[in-house]
Amino acid sequence: MDAELSTATEFPQPESFSFDEESLKAIETIVKRYPPGKQASAVIPLLYVVQRQMKRSTGSAWVPNKGMDAVAERLGMAPIRVYEVATFYFMFNMKPIGKHHLQVCATTPCWLRGSDEVSRACRDAGKLGGWGQTSEDKMFTLSEVECLGGCVNAPILQVDDDYYEDMDYESTVRLIEALRRGERPAPGSVIGRQTSAPEGGPQTLLDVPGE
Amino acid sequence: MAKVTVDGIEVEVPNGVSVLQACEAAGKEIPRFCYHERLSVAGNCRMCLVEVEKAPKPIASCAYPVADGMKVFTDSPMVRNGRRGVMEFLLINHPLDCPICDQGGECDLQDQAVAFGGDASRYREEKRAVKDKYLGPLVKTIMNRCIQCTRCVRFATEVAGVPELGATNRGENMEIGTYVEKALTTELSGNLIDICPVGALTSRPYAYVSRPWELRKTDSVDVLDATGTNIRVDARAGEVLRILPRTNDDVNEEWMADRGRFAFDGLKRRRLDRPWVRQNGKLKPASWAEAFTAIAAGIKGRKIGAVAGELADAEATVALRDLMAALGSNHLECRTDGAAIDASRRDFYTFNTGIAGIEEADALLIIGSNPRLEAPVINARIRKRVATGGIPVGFIGPRGLDLTYAQDWLGEGGATLSALVGGQHRFNEVLRAAKRPMLILGRGALARPDGAAVLAAAWQVAAQNGMLQADWHGFNLLHQFGGQVAPLDLGFTTGIPADVEALWLLGAEVPAAVPESAFVIYQGHHGEAGAARADVILPSAAYTEKDATWVNTEGRVQRGRLAVYPPGEAREDWKILRAASEVLSIRLPYDSPDGVRARLVEANPVFGGPGFVPHGCTDLAGPAGDAGGVAESAFASSIHNYWQADVISRASATMAECARTYLPQAAE
Repeated sequence: MDAELSTATEFPQPESFSFDEESLKAIETIVKRYPPGKQASAVIPLLYVVQRQMKRSTGSAWVPNKGMDAVAERLGMAPIRVYEVATFYFMFNMKPIGKHHLQVCATTPCWLRGSDEVSRACRDAGKLGGWGQTSEDKMFTLSEVECLGGCVNAPILQVDDDYYEDMDYESTVRLIEALRRGERPAPGSVIGRQTSAPEGGPQTLLDVPGE
Repeated sequence: MAKVTVDGIEVEVPNGVSVLQACEAAGKEIPRFCYHERLSVAGNCRMCLVEVEKAPKPIASCAYPVADGMKVFTDSPMVRNGRRGVMEFLLINHPLDCPICDQGGECDLQDQAVAFGGDASRYREEKRAVKDKYLGPLVKTIMNRCIQCTRCVRFATEVAGVPELGATNRGENMEIGTYVEKALTTELSGNLIDICPVGALTSRPYAYVSRPWELRKTDSVDVLDATGTNIRVDARAGEVLRILPRTNDDVNEEWMADRGRFAFDGLKRRRLDRPWVRQNGKLKPASWAEAFTAIAAGIKGRKIGAVAGELADAEATVALRDLMAALGSNHLECRTDGAAIDASRRDFYTFNTGIAGIEEADALLIIGSNPRLEAPVINARIRKRVATGGIPVGFIGPRGLDLTYAQDWLGEGGATLSALVGGQHRFNEVLRAAKRPMLILGRGALARPDGAAVLAAAWQVAAQNGMLQADWHGFNLLHQFGGQVAPLDLGFTTGIPADVEALWLLGAEVPAAVPESAFVIYQGHHGEAGAARADVILPSAAYTEKDATWVNTEGRVQRGRLAVYPPGEAREDWKILRAASEVLSIRLPYDSPDGVRARLVEANPVFGGPGFVPHGCTDLAGPAGDAGGVAESAFASSIHNYWQADVISRASATMAECARTYLPQAAE
């Protein structure tokens, strides 16, 4: 994780934060999942609620300090306990990011399958300087992430909550340009692979006995 | 019980204790950083590795429970190797700045690196750098040195009850701090400095002041609150440089409140260091002889009284009493705050349950006291009890106070107390259901016109709700300063008549009712209103500058010792009184500390013993006062400004800084 992403406070924090209607509904369902007295367990899902609400209201999915305080108050925790959790996981952005969060997996399988090209494409097409940076038009933020668990379809580029698989330089550029135009290409393999089946269709068990 | 063999030594320890504790029981030293016996176990420093027979890997002994028949090795090649490896890891990011580090010489990391570390590091890369954090005016941070043992995080959360410190980010980027910059809001922050095993958290006022081996260490007692915290005064060249707590499980465990720890710089400022005599309406410097002559002339034939202040030691108090007796006066007073204390029985005015006894209580009622400000260490003990036992705490006083533990707010003042006396209040049920209920009555609640009634009412609540048993005494009065109980023990409660013509003030302010014309002698170490009003000022020694006896709120008799000599011509209080008696041709019959102490025991036998032993109560007869006369008005704690509550802390620059930080509205 880039240290830049996690050190707080050299950017304006909102003055206040309160959950909106949609968040409140989500919180109600989430908190009910935990037994009484164990509400603090809901801290991670609630931080996601905050991040999503920020995305809805400002276009940038991040968790401001006041948002963490709101979670702490809702769950009856000390604010510092929420800060600890939020800063531990790099899925929570502790400072404002661009409209789309480009998360390039750079763990060994993706790297062997060309994740360097994917990140180069992100930098070129998204006009990004490097890891942890946001483009000037506030469209993209580039992050290096650890294994996204999609190794069979490596390399993976996660855009916000969606996986784009089997990426290479060209397909990444195409994807980013589409995003810039406001489109949202269908997530999944970009080479037409069926889920995580072999490229080009089945390779084994082609002859079914008795058929 | 489990039988454990440690390096061939067989010990028997209770089931469930850790291997580390078993090793200690066998007399083996286990190095550790994160483990602290008064905090929860974290197990993250890995320094306490030991080898256990049949275990494939070394184990962290602090977090590993013993099992019967376990064989532990604390000095095998595997252990030595493991510790050396851990030490090498810890030192990877630790700066090599011991020569400029304030922890140098008393640093666990330094000591253990020598004892258990290797001789060289194989690390050639850059060390990480961490921004220093602001934690308030008392604790200085140099976060590069932090080894992330999280002792401070656990202390703040568990003992101080202010969960404001945490470990944010992770791995290489993990940092200890408050995340959002703020001063720690606790009166126990100095303890963070003690528990930090490295130089990451050090004392801000003590920064770059001294090295531990240059200091002369004197065991003494803190008097700036009534806890009677056992302290060690570190001094160099006649100057107190720092004060640290000593461990005493019956009193302060190993904690100490910030005012007692940091207010000592007030001992150097605004001191009275020579006698003064008022001539033609103006105070003029004088010699001791001139001062005594002026006193002899001033009090001759006048009706005299004496007032002992909140920091009066027992020796001085008894000498003053004897002096007054010889002058034919029985007008003695020590309740300068006007608290209606009935001193006819000792358990009417002491903390009878005992500080350690709090841990046995199963219900607590606090009346008109804010223990967090009046005695932070006792408050930490209450918090410990609440946190471990979940006991119910009822609170009568201002609403919304943060005492660091859950309390059931019952009401603001007298009306609620009267309801409890009536036995119809819902909290009566809680108290009656408890086996060992206790109450804490704040001295502030007695400092009002109906104080005697409040005292009687509180006693009645204790008597009616099972707090007074043959082997349990649940009635407690919480005093505010270390010199308030000894004068009560010595009968300084007869009162000053309104027509008094001369007054001897032992570090006390002039009582309001005293006429303008009265001749006032002020004997003390700091010049405040009492000194400004005085006709003669006698400079005396502060608590670090004399061998003296102090009685804490429990009634525990403790001895403070001289750490530095008093400044200028100031002298120990009892010696001043003894010298004055000579000039007044009375001549008190003692010339040595032992002589005064013998007299002290004669005056009140409690001074010959520990003063406090756990006791019960069989005589339920209460203090004088009509329990029905409690006014309905709200109780207010008499300490509003914790940081500047006594003459020494009011003279302290450090405490002034704290007041500016924590009480911006109260700053001067």
